[in-house]
Amino acid sequence: MAERITRGDVEHVAQLARLALTEQEVVALTHELGAILDHAAQVSALDTHDVPPTAHPLPVVNVFRPDEVRPGLARDEVLAAAPEAQDQRFRVPRILGEEP
Amino acid sequence: MSARRIAADVRAGTRSARDVLEEHLATIAAREPDIHAFNLVLADEARAAADAVDATVARGDDPGPLAGVPIALKDNMCTRGIPTTCSSRILEGWRPPYDGTVVERVHAAGAIVVGKTNLDEFAMGSSTENSAFGPTHNPHDLTRVPGGSSGGSAAAVAAGFAPLALGSDTGGSIRQPAALCGVVGVKPTYGVVSRYGLIAFASSLDQIGPFAASVEDAALLLEVIGGHDPCDSTSIARPAPALLADLDESVSGLRVGIVDEMTEIDGIEPKVRDAVRAAAAGLEAAGAKVDTVSVPSATYGISAYYLIAPAEASSNLARYDGVRYGLRVDAEDVAHMNAATRESGFGPEVKRRIMLGTYALSAGYYDAYYGQAQRVRTLILRDFERVYEQFDVLISATSPTVAFPLGAKTADPLAMYLCDVCTVPANLSGHPAMSVPFGVGEGGLPIGVQVLAPALGEATMFRVARAIEAVAGKTQS
Repeated sequence: MAERITRGDVEHVAQLARLALTEQEVVALTHELGAILDHAAQVSALDTHDVPPTAHPLPVVNVFRPDEVRPGLARDEVLAAAPEAQDQRFRVPRILGEEP
Repeated sequence: MSARRIAADVRAGTRSARDVLEEHLATIAAREPDIHAFNLVLADEARAAADAVDATVARGDDPGPLAGVPIALKDNMCTRGIPTTCSSRILEGWRPPYDGTVVERVHAAGAIVVGKTNLDEFAMGSSTENSAFGPTHNPHDLTRVPGGSSGGSAAAVAAGFAPLALGSDTGGSIRQPAALCGVVGVKPTYGVVSRYGLIAFASSLDQIGPFAASVEDAALLLEVIGGHDPCDSTSIARPAPALLADLDESVSGLRVGIVDEMTEIDGIEPKVRDAVRAAAAGLEAAGAKVDTVSVPSATYGISAYYLIAPAEASSNLARYDGVRYGLRVDAEDVAHMNAATRESGFGPEVKRRIMLGTYALSAGYYDAYYGQAQRVRTLILRDFERVYEQFDVLISATSPTVAFPLGAKTADPLAMYLCDVCTVPANLSGHPAMSVPFGVGEGGLPIGVQVLAPALGEATMFRVARAIEAVAGKTQS
């Protein structure tokens, strides 16, 4: 039987999920995700033709709050929790390939 | 001593909140080193809060329905200025800038927060062994797990550290540890309790609920935390359910169904199955009409759950990117910083679920996995709705086994996932469910019987749970 999950799949998904997995983790996850998905694939045994998906267990309609000005979180307090902040903003390493 | 008794005495001025607290802190000092229910014990903050409650009473004012009652909070609930870790390295040291709604409500009711309890990292697990800060031990047998993911909260109540605790239940994370620790645990109807300030795992399944040593105390706490909250758009626009008033009403005439697919299952321990039957017999003796019932699609609950929950988790946990809070591991650019931070900050189970969820949502697989799981969710919901036309409540096992030894399932993720076979259906349907202790099984360890009810059926569910509790009391004495 063909493997459900290949090493390439794991590397691709890790890239999407922004996880710098170790070699050991890639090997383990290739095996584990395959086993879990084999079990999860039991859902495909059910005929769901014409069955709508449930994204939410109870019927909900759009919920609006009153359009009133309310205090938000204190900026200083929020920035104090950041790994790095500068000039009232979150500071991050360079985003594109340019030199700083 | 029960929460209701403590609150009554404190309100009447016959006991001080401070004395109550000191008794509980002494119990914590004696047993917490062996149990590790807490990530953080808040002794100083709790003493200040207890003194404030006593001052309120001295002034002739009413501190509220939980006056002076110690309570433990699962460490995935935001507490202003107090570390909230989700038992993850990625949030270690983070202090939330706000209180969650449930935290505000228990404070406003006069409860005393004694600590933040241990959990499986980001509430992902069934044994509390996935905590970055080490496992919690079952107070009934320190070599065994307390269940999970709210294992710290369940253990705290079972060990007498606090009469009340709050947990969160995404696939059984309140009910299963309640069963394994011999306490009452409740997952309310989705939307009855606000999730504002609960750190998100799987948003369409997560629900906060109470732990207590008795059904009555669990009802008391749910009355305090329930009810509409404008800060949570999925919160139901109704007041908290009224539970205490009718708690001791007779169950005579109620129609009770024993769910075949959640009781007659492979691997269930005979004594657990016997407990469900004995609870049913007790209800029958009290005048209820008992029959067995089939919910065929419940068999597919675990499969659907382990696609939907990781999918939602992979999206919710994208926020831990090393930018705004928590851990950052430096790298040459943002993408590498994100990936290095997440690799270092998340534990193995969280990574496994993020990977599973990202895969289930990725191009080419979305419809076969996530889409199909959501359609199966509809089938499960419809099956329960059909069954609830004939039955007022359902009962089943909560966990197929009693507490298992630490380490027994850590090497096999799928075996751990199957612990949730009896509990996930109610999360998928959104209906309320709770676990009530009922006797002991292998090794003298506690068994839990699950009571399930239709949406917003909490009052009937609690009445039946109260009746089962009474039967269990008679059987044991």
